[in-house]
Amino acid sequence: MKGAYRRLQSEVGAESLPLLAFLLIMVVAFSMATPRFLTTANFSSMAFQLPVLGLLTLAMLVPILSGGLNLAVIFTANISGLALAWTLIKFGGPDGGTMALIFGMAAAIAVGAASGWVMGLVIAYTGAHPILVSLAMMIFLRGLGEFLTRGGDISGFPDQLNIIGHGGVLGIPVPMIIFCAAAIVWHVMLRRTRHGFAVYMVGSNIEASEYSGIHTKRTITVLYTISGVICAAAGIMMAARFNSVRVGHGEAFLLVTVLACFLGGIDPFGGFGKVLPVFVALIILQVLSSGLNLLGANQHLSTAVWGLFLIGVMAARWIAGNLPFLQRGKIH
Amino acid sequence: MPPQRSIAVAAELLGTLESRMPDKPELKPLALKLGGVSKVFGGVQALNAVSFDVQEGEIHCLSGENGCGKSTLIKIVTGVYSPAPGARIEIFGRRFDVMTPNLARSLGIEVIWQDLALFPHMTVAENIAFDELVGTRPRAVWIRGIHQRAEAVLARLGVSIDLNSSLNSLPIAQRQIVAIARALMGNAKLLFMDEPTSSLSQSETSRLLEVVRTLSRQGVAVVFVSHRLAEVLEISSRVTVLRDGKLVGVFPTAGMTQARLGELMTGARFEQGMSARDRSSSPAVLEVENLGRSGEFENVNLTIRAGEVVGMTGLIGAGRTELAHALIGMTRPEAGAVRLNGKRIRLRSIRDAIREGIAYVSEDRLGLGLVLKQSIADNTVIAVLDRILGKLGLLSPQRQLNLVDHWIGRLAVKIGHADHAILTLSGGNQQRVVLAKWLATNPKLLILDSPTVGVDVGARAGIFEIVRELADQGIAILLISDEVLEVLLNSDRILHIIDGRIAGEYDPRATSAEELEQRIYA
Repeated sequence: MKGAYRRLQSEVGAESLPLLAFLLIMVVAFSMATPRFLTTANFSSMAFQLPVLGLLTLAMLVPILSGGLNLAVIFTANISGLALAWTLIKFGGPDGGTMALIFGMAAAIAVGAASGWVMGLVIAYTGAHPILVSLAMMIFLRGLGEFLTRGGDISGFPDQLNIIGHGGVLGIPVPMIIFCAAAIVWHVMLRRTRHGFAVYMVGSNIEASEYSGIHTKRTITVLYTISGVICAAAGIMMAARFNSVRVGHGEAFLLVTVLACFLGGIDPFGGFGKVLPVFVALIILQVLSSGLNLLGANQHLSTAVWGLFLIGVMAARWIAGNLPFLQRGKIH
Repeated sequence: MPPQRSIAVAAELLGTLESRMPDKPELKPLALKLGGVSKVFGGVQALNAVSFDVQEGEIHCLSGENGCGKSTLIKIVTGVYSPAPGARIEIFGRRFDVMTPNLARSLGIEVIWQDLALFPHMTVAENIAFDELVGTRPRAVWIRGIHQRAEAVLARLGVSIDLNSSLNSLPIAQRQIVAIARALMGNAKLLFMDEPTSSLSQSETSRLLEVVRTLSRQGVAVVFVSHRLAEVLEISSRVTVLRDGKLVGVFPTAGMTQARLGELMTGARFEQGMSARDRSSSPAVLEVENLGRSGEFENVNLTIRAGEVVGMTGLIGAGRTELAHALIGMTRPEAGAVRLNGKRIRLRSIRDAIREGIAYVSEDRLGLGLVLKQSIADNTVIAVLDRILGKLGLLSPQRQLNLVDHWIGRLAVKIGHADHAILTLSGGNQQRVVLAKWLATNPKLLILDSPTVGVDVGARAGIFEIVRELADQGIAILLISDEVLEVLLNSDRILHIIDGRIAGEYDPRATSAEELEQRIYA
């Protein structure tokens, strides 16, 4: 019984509990402030909005765990979206049908994976800093995308794409289902696969990992490639949600993905962190912004509140780690 | 071994007599006199009524295992910690009730910690004169004056270092000198040095010890903290031994032996005899023929047989670690051949080496041997992830737990919980985890590169007990070390490497530590 509890705690992460408590407080507060918060409509709209940011955060999460960063997540998603749009239009635009959609998604994922793979190779084999490499990739992809689209929108997709962005199964929005599935895959990948094990080790000490037989170069290449794949999934979802593709869509999300990772207790220096607390952190961010929106607050204000919230969490973590009365009963 | 034992007994008698003898009249005034110093940290008695004194210009060693209270004592003298009531602190004959870091510095007490606390991106001159460069107010700094003074300090130490080179371009040994020079700029009269030689080679060590002697001749009292018993006996005139926060005694180093000092520090008897055996009839596990790599080693021929411990010693930089790196696939030899169990092997990475059954315990345990921040459990299984796979090819926590429990138990690693970070362990226990990690790979050949760096005397014996046991199970072992005695006592054969070539082979039973040392440091 005790073992099972310990196991649960180590899988879930001690970081999740305070975040869940905070989430609960916020839900109660918003419910009392406005009757429109605790409604199916509100929850459904949150469940449609969250997944794009969620997928992009998963794309950011593993590079941070490995001690790096992937600044190219948004534009990788955009370029993948372009690949999708280009394929769909080649195969008949609005009349393309399911096969066109499958080809398009395959093309998007191939482009996303290729972008991540190139970044991973450069980072692993040249030893260049991930921030520089992904920044260069981000600028390259943005320029390429703007050149190809001349800065405009591409639209006119088959109706099937609509299901990914706006559909629902048993009342649960399809985007949310995709995001939850991705989060579960990420959790299993990090906690239970050799690749995930290697990511944590590489994030803590890459040289010691290499000396212990971890294939560090392959680990880095693979993790950026997977990051590119999940970016592509986000790109497809963005195309489906907005029914158009434009380079620059979701640009504001870039630093929010980093924020969500840190809020979820990912160590900025790599090596430590779990998926579930990040998942909870994302929900908190969504609840904050939807709640404030319902209260009639300005969109920009909710961005400001996100930042304030992260500062508050940092302070709270410091207090929890330093006040003696909170330390009592802890083993270490 | 009767002759050894009788020497040990004689030394013990001598030690007991001397520590019981009434204080001889002091020839020199005392730089430091401590009495009744106690300190408790959260229920742990770090120091228990310890007294300690240092004469002016004396080189005094402070010995004891990790956690015996050495650092706490230094921190009390320098005002970092305040002792429990009842302590007497006298410095240069003046009694102090309260000590603060600033007061200690103004009295000429300086500490050089193990990590040196220098500024890697600043020049040598800036590092030496650092304390003159900082201040509350911005002011112009007279660069030439600083250079002159820094040069004068280095001249006083009898060394020359380019004042304009940046600190991180210097080897550790020279940084050590820079740290000493910086302390002297602050007019140090009582200098504490915490493990100054732990990352130096033997020749660098002897140069550092020469500098310490120079200081002593100039009237600076030096308190020297070291794990290396040989240099403790070589450098100091008296040694104070602490164990578990209590004073064991103050002993003159004349007539003291390493074995006796080790006993005093650990409270256990070390009668490690020589363990060499003849393994020449066992089958060869590793055969190296004419192996070479330009600038590192050349024409290396060696054979290690099943169950054999081959010691390899020589100066740091002689190509020992480079040879080990070639044997584990971190680098590729340019000439020659390596055979394992008769089969020619060409390794392209350390993963190939692990597959072939070669394991390498790095000399840099903290940087390369372990992923320090991660857990004991993860560090144990890191090299054998394919063995803890369960359903669907996923890592199985249960299998990991079984494997970790098995090796932690087998090697008697003292841990709280396997989920704790490995940096919570002592050096000796960390090294046991490193061994566990490699033994889990089921090696045929185990390469130990300086396996006792930063490991307590007591824990060293435990490590070598494991090594012997592994040899008895038929593992071939290459023991690389620059501690001659360690190699002599634990090897079946000894190879001496000079400038990348194997220059000689010795039978431990037919040679002595003195003879070996003479050949190595000639």
